[in-house]
Amino acid sequence: MLDTTTQAPDAVPETVMELRGLEREFARKPVLAERLMKLVGKAPDTPSLKAVRSVDFAIREGEVLGLVGESGCGKSTLGRMITGIIPPTGGAVTYQGADISAMKGQALKDFTLGVQMIFQDPYASLNPRQRVGEILAEPLRVHGLATDKADIRRRVDAALTEVGLDTSYRDRYPHQFSGGQRQRIGIARALIVEPSFLVCDEPIAALDVSIQAQVINLFLALRAKRNLTYLFISHDLSVVRHIADRVAIMYLGKIVEMAPAQEIFANPAHPYTRTLLEQIPSVKNRKRHFEAVKGEIPSPHKPPSGCAFHPRCPMATARCRAEAPVTREIAPGRTVSCHLHDAN
Amino acid sequence: MTDPRTRKPVLEVEGLQTVFHDLEGAWPAINALDLTIYEGEVLGLVGESGSGKSVAGFSILGLIDTPGEITAGRVLFQGKDLREMDEESLRKLRGADLSMIFQDPLTTLNPVLTIGEQMGEAITEHGQADAEALRRRCIDTLTKVGITSPEERLSQYPHELSGGMRQRVVIAIALLNSPKVIIADEPTTALDVTIQSQIIAEMQRLQHDSGAALIWISHDLGVVAELADRIAVMYAGDIVEIGTTDEVLDRPRHPYTRGLLDSVPGDVPPGEPLRQIEGSAPPLNARPFGCPFHPRCAQATDLCRSSDPAPQGDGAGRIWRCHHPITAQEAA
Ligand SMILES: Nc1ncnc2c1ncn2[C@@H]1O[C@H](COP(=O)(O)OP(=O)(O)OP(=O)(O)O)[C@@H](O)[C@H]1O
Ligand SMILES: Nc1ncnc2c1ncn2[C@@H]1O[C@H](COP(=O)(O)OP(=O)(O)O)[C@@H](O)[C@H]1O
Ligand code: SF4
Ligand code: SF4
Ligand SMILES: [Mg+2]
Ligand SMILES: [Mg+2]
Repeated sequence: MLDTTTQAPDAVPETVMELRGLEREFARKPVLAERLMKLVGKAPDTPSLKAVRSVDFAIREGEVLGLVGESGCGKSTLGRMITGIIPPTGGAVTYQGADISAMKGQALKDFTLGVQMIFQDPYASLNPRQRVGEILAEPLRVHGLATDKADIRRRVDAALTEVGLDTSYRDRYPHQFSGGQRQRIGIARALIVEPSFLVCDEPIAALDVSIQAQVINLFLALRAKRNLTYLFISHDLSVVRHIADRVAIMYLGKIVEMAPAQEIFANPAHPYTRTLLEQIPSVKNRKRHFEAVKGEIPSPHKPPSGCAFHPRCPMATARCRAEAPVTREIAPGRTVSCHLHDAN
Repeated sequence: MTDPRTRKPVLEVEGLQTVFHDLEGAWPAINALDLTIYEGEVLGLVGESGSGKSVAGFSILGLIDTPGEITAGRVLFQGKDLREMDEESLRKLRGADLSMIFQDPLTTLNPVLTIGEQMGEAITEHGQADAEALRRRCIDTLTKVGITSPEERLSQYPHELSGGMRQRVVIAIALLNSPKVIIADEPTTALDVTIQSQIIAEMQRLQHDSGAALIWISHDLGVVAELADRIAVMYAGDIVEIGTTDEVLDRPRHPYTRGLLDSVPGDVPPGEPLRQIEGSAPPLNARPFGCPFHPRCAQATDLCRSSDPAPQGDGAGRIWRCHHPITAQEAA
């Protein structure tokens, strides 16, 4: 255990991004019967769904925060809110101390450029009719960061080199690249505006194993070189274990556990985290006979009563079905939301 | 489990070649595939995307359409060459003795038919059954693959089910007629790890109970390790290495296998660079001369650049294709 009192004050990293009571609700698309009723003037209220429910956490400068959870649990929605792509319906995101929804002028520009997103599907996020050089030059032009042709060319070439692509590729179109190369182009496009914060939404999920390793190495190298902060969204825990300093586990819109990476992997506190850790496929598990977690993640339209995980939880009790657990700090920097930890 | 190679073969693939035609020529997607599947075994077929895993699966079942063409080889099932069979007998065999599970359940399921209708169709195509017996068999099979409230599901449409549930239905359909060989093409790749492990656990049980041989295609060595008795590694349309799961994972002989094993996180400490294989797999029309892996191989020599290595073996079913295979000492 480190004695924090002996550390210099500047060793404590600053908070760059803070989420307070962050929520996002989506109106559910009405089903056919409901649309018909609307036509005859009897509009039933179409229930909405909460994709993200009351999320609080802070991201510190220079850290890699891993965000993990099953499909549909709200990871991308959270990522899109903190990059300002969609507004929250409750709570707030602050970037360097200011609420992003109230930003104007230079502060807004700093945020828009400073926080960039990298998407899962590198192909869908690149305009097929633009050459790579144009794709990379566009953010520079749009934000007025460079107007001079030679300057743009120089910065495009620097970005390509930085992500490990040959500068001659600037004249090619996205379809002429492999998946891994396209993801590098996506990363170059994000980097060209010199951001300090990257939201990476499943950036390697669509790539082959050998290419995944190359792109992970690129993320690690860029982080070291540019002192970047990452929110790294992934469903692959072995990748998160490799790259993240801290990990947040999400279930049905809520963060159920958050801890330094080493601790969460060595000693998961939430039953859901434990379950996820047991499922990691590994070449070390041969012909394993394991108990898979039962059931599927419930629909956010009808979240279960009490603790949302109770229908799948091997430890659930009557209290779990009735009462939602609150988030507690069980050790410095470790929070968990589960009745099993109420006693501490 | 005993070494599957001591059992009887159920399916023997010899020199199978499939090419895709385009304006510039015919490009082999699988070159000269040799593969024996033994009774009741699970064979994991791994490789990067585009290495020819799916084409291999489709070609075994004769499911190749233009611009593709099977140009050489034999597929022996119970002593008969499937490539010599007429389309009608082949169609009867597929879905009965030989069945395939595809990566995307929506390509298998018909969106306008209920689950019950599709299952019924799959059974009646392969023999008569009265309505009530048919219904029971559908319900039993759905229960086997872990589907809750199977009676209700029979009257539901595919879009009313989650992705995991749809994949289970596809597996149920593949199992309906007690096949002897199942080819499963990345059936869990699109699913969450939690659902993936449920399906792997169920496949393990079903396969064990039914004694069917299973070819499990995946790009994920971790997934294959959990299921397979043997592993075959594909690269650029060739099986570059094959052996028991322990042999391949603990003592890889091909540098590509070694590279794949090294590139997954786990062995190097967190935050350190992973050992990566440089470059990427070649497209069909740009297969490198000599060993197709040579541009990415750290061990490549002039020999590798000029001649494609022939398969070599230990005589006991362990095969590799490399001029400079990794020795046991190096692998340790
Ligand atoms: N624009 C939208 N309108 C309605 N519902 C939405 C919208 N976007 C997301 N949702 C719903 O919000 C929930 C969370 O979605 P989100 O995309 O954030 O999940 P995720 O964790 O990123 O999943 P995945 O791992 O599949 O990417 C889901 O139930 C989803 O269907
Ligand atoms: N219908 C097709 N037309 C042309 N090329 C094809 C077709 N199907 C597959 N291929 C090519 O054959 C090669 C092997 O493909 P595939 O077996 O699908 O790879 P894998 O399943 O290993 O990802 C790839 O280069 C692919 O582009
Ligand atoms: S609160 Fe109860 S149901 Fe929820 S995770 Fe904890 S033990 Fe399980
Ligand atoms: S034959 Fe040569 S290039 Fe090919 S894998 Fe072996 S050592 Fe590498
Ligand atoms: Mg998402
Ligand atoms: Mg495939």
